[in-house]
Amino acid sequence: MSASVLFDAPGPRARRRSRIASAVVVVAVLAVLAWGIYILAQPRESGGITLPGFFDWSRWEKLVVDPEFWGAVGRGLLNTLQAAALAAVMALVVGVLFALLRTSPRKAVRIPTMIVLEFFRGMPVLLMMLFILLAFATGAFWAVVLALGIYNGALIGEALRAGIASLPRGQHEAGLSLGMTRLQTKMLIEFPQAFRQMLPIIVAQLVVLLKDTSLGYIVGYNELIRTTMNNLSSFYGNRYLFSLFAITLIIYLAVNLTLSWFARYLARRSMSGRAAKKIAGPADPNDATTE
Amino acid sequence: MNVVIDNLPAYLEGFGQTLSLLIISGIAALVLGTVVAAMRISPIPALSRVAAIYTELLRNTPLTLVLIFCAIILPYLGSELPYFWAAIVGLTAYTSPFVAEALRSGINGVPIGQAEAARSLGFGFGQTVSLVVFPQAFRMVIPPLINVLIALTKNTSVAGGLFVAELFGVGRTLANENGNAVVAVLLAVATFYLIITIPLGILAGALEKRFAVQR
Repeated sequence: MSASVLFDAPGPRARRRSRIASAVVVVAVLAVLAWGIYILAQPRESGGITLPGFFDWSRWEKLVVDPEFWGAVGRGLLNTLQAAALAAVMALVVGVLFALLRTSPRKAVRIPTMIVLEFFRGMPVLLMMLFILLAFATGAFWAVVLALGIYNGALIGEALRAGIASLPRGQHEAGLSLGMTRLQTKMLIEFPQAFRQMLPIIVAQLVVLLKDTSLGYIVGYNELIRTTMNNLSSFYGNRYLFSLFAITLIIYLAVNLTLSWFARYLARRSMSGRAAKKIAGPADPNDATTE
Repeated sequence: MNVVIDNLPAYLEGFGQTLSLLIISGIAALVLGTVVAAMRISPIPALSRVAAIYTELLRNTPLTLVLIFCAIILPYLGSELPYFWAAIVGLTAYTSPFVAEALRSGINGVPIGQAEAARSLGFGFGQTVSLVVFPQAFRMVIPPLINVLIALTKNTSVAGGLFVAELFGVGRTLANENGNAVVAVLLAVATFYLIITIPLGILAGALEKRFAVQR
């Protein structure tokens, strides 16, 4: 947002003021960071032993040089990605199914679907995971995958329905007048367009799905966070807890930022030419998803 | 069903915890999110950069990891915050970027001509935003903000899963104690969540419809 409409291109005095304010902000941020680093670098007592600060090599050495450690982290990450991939496929299938039932011409189909959708959307995914885990005794992996698949399927279904609703009526009518059945019209004409239109929202929702696999930590699925914060921290000992947390955070940020960037790229591509100038900078596809 | 009725006090206590988590961290996130959104559109580049980085980092960190930071890493570093308040800090930090983005997209919904007109009348940044853009953005921001609060309601369950004895935590304990009535116990928990989320959802939909007509 180099040229915002909210303020003029600054003159010399405004520029000076803005530079001073910027300097103050930078100093404040640096001060907070320095404080954080100072706290982390302090040696601390733990059970009668004084441990060196977190920037001391001894707090990392045993982890970083151990190939077994990276193997375990890799398996954790693989478990996370595996659950996310399977749940994503399922969410798409469930989403199409829900959208289909929700836009059915029959009231007897449409209204129960609406109630079921509201139910799934209104309760926490975590509760659904626990429910599947305990009531169907599926094991933690399937609890995570099924709950995420159904929950995100409900959200994607709503997105697809909105996409279909926004299509010109003529699309549906043209399909019918060509002699296609309602189902054919929906599958061959309406869904492909709705899907394309809603692609940024769907991809953003899939990023959320990936983040939500971390709930597996609570239901006992050995995904990345459970691997590092639970299994590896008890294997290597408490003194590595912070280092493990930092490594987990960096891996998650790397994976998620890549995916978010991809979502934004898709949005830009599908909006190119249509994007109007906005007051507060370019729109972000991730706006659409809040959880 | 008897299990649910017998344990109604426990449920209500959990429900109370969930509500207080929701209300306190909801208000805190609204305040913090508004500050972040204001920073994001401000004329000072450093401020908007800081706000953008804050938003990007927190939105790409799983809530579980944020709450683990509050529940495990903070005490490990020597903080003595009680768990309940640690959960509030985590939920607030996680929700505030979503509030900020909802506000920003509401501001983007105001036609650009409005801001241009205000500027051409000689309004400064503060006047343009507070007198022209924000009053119009406000009505469009309410439904997405309610959606953020619905998400927050559901997210409080993660705090319960980790350390706070709110609704989800109570449900899990009861489910473990009453292995034969798991379905009833958990459906009751779901009902309590739906008591919060469905009315909020209906409210958001109604407001959206009403404002759509006016514009």
